[in-house]
Amino acid sequence: MMNSLIIVGIGVQNWTYIIVGITFALYIGIAIWSRAGSTKEFYVAGGGVSPLANGMATAADWMSAASFISMAGIISFAGYDGAVYLMGWTGGYVLLALLLAPYLRKFGKFTVPDFIGDRYYSNTARFVAVLCALLVSFTYVAGQMRGVGLVFSRFLEVDINTGVVIGMIIVLFYAVIGGMKGITYTQVAQYCVLIFAFMVPAIFISIQMTGNPIPQLGFGGQLSDGSGVFLLDKLDGLSTDLGFAEYTEGSKSIIDVFSITLALMVGTAGLPHVIVRFFTVKRVKDARKSAGIALLLIVILYSTAPAVAVFARTNMIETVSNQPYASVPSWFKKWETTGLIKFTDKNNDGLIQYLANPENNELIVDNDIMVLANPEIAELPDWVIALVAAGALAAALSTAAGLLLVISASVSHDLIKKIINPKISEKGELIAARLSAVVAVCIAGYFGINPPGFVAATVALAFGLAAASFFPAIILGIFYKKMNKEGAISGMIIGILFMLFYMTKFKFGWFGGGTKTDWWFGISPEGFGTIAMIVNFVISITVMKFTSDPPKSVQDMVENIRIPSDAGKATH
Amino acid sequence: MTSKNANSYWKENIRYVAILMFIWFIVSFGAGILFKDFLNEFKFGGFKLGFWFAQQGSMYVFVILIFVYVRLMNKLDKKYGYDE
Repeated sequence: MMNSLIIVGIGVQNWTYIIVGITFALYIGIAIWSRAGSTKEFYVAGGGVSPLANGMATAADWMSAASFISMAGIISFAGYDGAVYLMGWTGGYVLLALLLAPYLRKFGKFTVPDFIGDRYYSNTARFVAVLCALLVSFTYVAGQMRGVGLVFSRFLEVDINTGVVIGMIIVLFYAVIGGMKGITYTQVAQYCVLIFAFMVPAIFISIQMTGNPIPQLGFGGQLSDGSGVFLLDKLDGLSTDLGFAEYTEGSKSIIDVFSITLALMVGTAGLPHVIVRFFTVKRVKDARKSAGIALLLIVILYSTAPAVAVFARTNMIETVSNQPYASVPSWFKKWETTGLIKFTDKNNDGLIQYLANPENNELIVDNDIMVLANPEIAELPDWVIALVAAGALAAALSTAAGLLLVISASVSHDLIKKIINPKISEKGELIAARLSAVVAVCIAGYFGINPPGFVAATVALAFGLAAASFFPAIILGIFYKKMNKEGAISGMIIGILFMLFYMTKFKFGWFGGGTKTDWWFGISPEGFGTIAMIVNFVISITVMKFTSDPPKSVQDMVENIRIPSDAGKATH
Repeated sequence: MTSKNANSYWKENIRYVAILMFIWFIVSFGAGILFKDFLNEFKFGGFKLGFWFAQQGSMYVFVILIFVYVRLMNKLDKKYGYDE
C-alpha cells in the first residue's frame, strides 16, 4: 500500500527514523531522570514546577493530535467557520486564568474531584466528579492513541496497530515511572519539538506564496507573483467559482457559531487534565502567570494554523482543479494510495473537477492531509517532512500522557484513597496509581486499535460534557459562597445527562434521532454544551434556594481560597 | 489580615475580572461573531476586519488580557499584603 512512499523518499524514511528516534530517546531519558518518588510527585510533580515549565507543559498537554494534524485542515475546508476552534480553544484560557486556576491552586489538593468533593462536603459529589473525569478523559485519549497509530503508519510504514502499540509502550514507560513529574518535563521537550515542526513548513510556505516569513502576516498579504492581488481575495474568488461559500464568510448560522465557540471555551476551562496542571506550581501568582505563558505558547501555533489553512487550500485548488488527472504531481498519487485523497472521474473527461456540489464533485480530500502533505505539496526538503512526523507524535503523546494521569489519579486518589479505603498507605496509593495508569494505557490502546465509530463525534462530546458538568460546579464553588451540595450535585447530574441526551439524539439517532432542521434553536450538538451549562447553573441555583446553607467550615474555606497567600501550606 | 481587608481585596479583584471579561467578550463574540458582517466592510491589509478578529485578533487580545490580569493582581496582592 505504501510502496510509492519508498520510491519517492528513501531520504524521508531515514530522516523520519532518525528524528523520531532522537525525540523518543529524549523523552525516555527525561522520564528516568525525573521519576516520581511520592504521591505528591506522582500527582502534581511535587508542586514546585516553575511557571515557564508549567506553561510549556500545559501547552503541549493541551495541543493534541487534533490541534497539530487536523485543525488547519478543518479550517481550510470550513473557512471563517473554523474560527470556532481558534477562539474556542484559546478563549477558555482567559476563563481559566481569571476564574479558576488561582483559586484551585490556593485550594491546593491533587485533583478536580478533590475540589468538588471537599467544597461540596460530600462523597456523592466527589463520585459524580470522578465519573465525569473518567468519561471525559477516556473519550479524549482514545483519539490520541489513534493519532499515534496513524502517524506511525503513514511515515514509518508500520501497521497502524503496531504504531498504536509502540505509542502505548512509550507513554506507559514515562507516565508510569515519572508520574506528573516525568510527564511535565517530557511535555516541555515535546512542546519544543511540536512547535518547531509546525512552524518550519509554515514559514517556508509563507515565503513561497507571499514573500513574507511571518505566516500570520503573510496570509493577509499580497501574492508574491507580482500581481498585487491579496491572497484572501484570490481564495474567496477561487471558492465561489467552485460553488463553495466565500472563504472569509463561512456558512454556519451566527447562533451556532456563537454557541460552539462558547461551549469549547467553557469546556476547555473545565477539562480536568488542563486544570490539574495548575496544581503543580508553587504559588497562586505562579498559577496566573503560567496560564498566560501557556496561552502565549498555544497561540503561536493557533494563529499560524489559519495561515497554513489558507496557503494549503489555495495551493491545492490551483494544483488540482480542472487539471488532467494524468499529469498530477507525485504527492497526489502517493496520498491517493493511503485513501486520504479520492478521485473518481464521473464525467470521464480526464480532468479533476473539484466542486461544492456533491453530484459533480470528483475529488474528496481528507482534512488531515493539509498539514501532513503540505510540506510535500510545497516541495520542501525531506527533513522537514520527517520533522512533521515527529511533531505530530509529540502532540499526540503529550496529550495522551496528561489524560492518562488524570485517569490514574481519579482511580487511585479520588476513588480508592478518598472513598473506598481512606487508610491506604502512601506507598500503597502510589502502587495503586501506577497500576491504574497501566490499566488505563491498555484500555486506551484497545480503543486506539479498535476505534469505536463515534470517536470523532465524542471529542466534541468531551468538551460539552466538561462544560455541562465541571465548569458551573467549580465557578459556583469559588464565586458563590452559599452554593451547597444539593444544588451542585443536581446541577452536575442534570447538566451532563441533558448534554448526553442531545448528543446521542442527534449524533447516534437515539431518542427518535433527528436532523439539522430539528436542532433546538438551530444549535448543533457541538454547541449544545452552552445550553447544558446554562441549565446546570439554573438548576444549581434553584435547588440551592430550597435547601440548607453549606456548613460554616465550608464557607470559611471559600473565603480562604479567595486569598492568595500561604498556598504552599495547604496539604492533602 | 482582617476579614475587612479580605473583603475589599475580593471586591477589587472582581472589578478587574469583570472589566477584563467584558473585553474578552467584545473581541471574540462581539467583533469575531456578532458584528463580523459589519466589520468585514473594513479592510486591514488583505484581511476583512471581522474575519481577522475571528481568526487572529481575538487570540492576541486573549494573551494580552491574561498578562494584564497577572500584573494587576500582583500589584493588588502587594497592596493588601498578600504577596509572597
